[in-house]
Amino acid sequence: MTNANQHGSLDWSVQPPYLHAAYTSTVKRAPQQPLAPLVSTLSELTGPVYGHDRLRPLDNDLSRNAVVNGEPIGERIIVTGRVLDDRGRPVRNALLEIWQANACGRYIHKLDQHDAPLDPNFTGAGRCMTNEHGEYTFTSIKPGAYPWKNHTNAWRPAHIHFSVFGENFLQRLITQMYFPGDPLLPLDPIYNGVPDAKGRERLIAAYAHDVTQPLWALGYRFDIVLAGAKQTPFE
Amino acid sequence: MLIQTGSQTVGPFFHDGLFFGDENVLVNEKTQGQRILLEGTVYDGDGQPVPDALLEIWQPDAQGYFNHAADPNQAQADKAFCGFGRADTVNNGQFLFRTVKPGALSPDAAPYINVRIFARGMLIHAVTRIYFSDETANANDPVLNSVDAARRATLIAQRADFGDWPCYRFDIRLQGADETVFFDA
Repeated sequence: MTNANQHGSLDWSVQPPYLHAAYTSTVKRAPQQPLAPLVSTLSELTGPVYGHDRLRPLDNDLSRNAVVNGEPIGERIIVTGRVLDDRGRPVRNALLEIWQANACGRYIHKLDQHDAPLDPNFTGAGRCMTNEHGEYTFTSIKPGAYPWKNHTNAWRPAHIHFSVFGENFLQRLITQMYFPGDPLLPLDPIYNGVPDAKGRERLIAAYAHDVTQPLWALGYRFDIVLAGAKQTPFE
Repeated sequence: MLIQTGSQTVGPFFHDGLFFGDENVLVNEKTQGQRILLEGTVYDGDGQPVPDALLEIWQPDAQGYFNHAADPNQAQADKAFCGFGRADTVNNGQFLFRTVKPGALSPDAAPYINVRIFARGMLIHAVTRIYFSDETANANDPVLNSVDAARRATLIAQRADFGDWPCYRFDIRLQGADETVFFDA
């Protein structure tokens, strides 16, 4: 089921529908009326502008930005990639906000009830921005899988949440990055909410040995493709 | 064309990554224009409040200008107004923004605020607009008029003042008889 015919910038052949019954929480939260077409105006083709000066020094290193009395437990990772629009143009100065569970699959969030330990040296939150080539990099700890209540014995595959601001409000994206070879992926209704196989592949980072640093951290590459503005504004 | 990265739910645990302070306050003492409160509740298809939604708003300043390079009037935009805000709905589905009444973008359009709704249980955000009940320009606004007349009221915040700031109430119904109009933006 798709949400609408093609009107706006989103490609509904790869974007998930609102209603995806296997993810049970969508059933009462999915809009049912067809989306209304909207011609982009200046309010869609503008968006918040962030400067690199907004970042604090350790925002892009989740393995160090919450240290209290030692290093966080877990597998150190470096995640890098490019943010592009769907015409392949790099998106410069894009703000990426990231949050994730710790190596045990536990979020620091007070509502997370999973019976797994918190890590006193890890909050799992960070930020980074793309450079003039659209490239970003951050360091973290590989998150663990965790159980949830969607269905019996449901487990979320390990993932990192990404919030991305592109050049305008049409490019706004919140998504999740998964890890290659995770046996939980075929079982996960959120990942499988993306209707297209190539679209699902887009959500999986690639192991990147050229990013891996000897004796330090494993590298992953994760490119993000934002919707582009297909319309020109009318004044 | 490259394949777009698919959206995934924001999930229930987004606060530590997305909230650092007063993201729902868009104004400071230097901001120009009429200050307003914007409040409402997000409801699901059973009419139950949604306590784990994330709302983001994007709007021009009080004169209708964006502090963004795509706006030919950027130079005149209010430097004390960023136009972007973020609110959660932890308090029983309710959100609150402190902002300014936006200016209209053109003489034939009514002023509005862009809204994105993210939530656990939403694999992709929903996009809507907040118009204002005390704007006569609503009658001729091209977007409002493009929407089914029976559903148009779901896009209009109702003025209901209390205290010092004009207050506009805008409830969001994700599903059901009075489902909010959402756009394919």
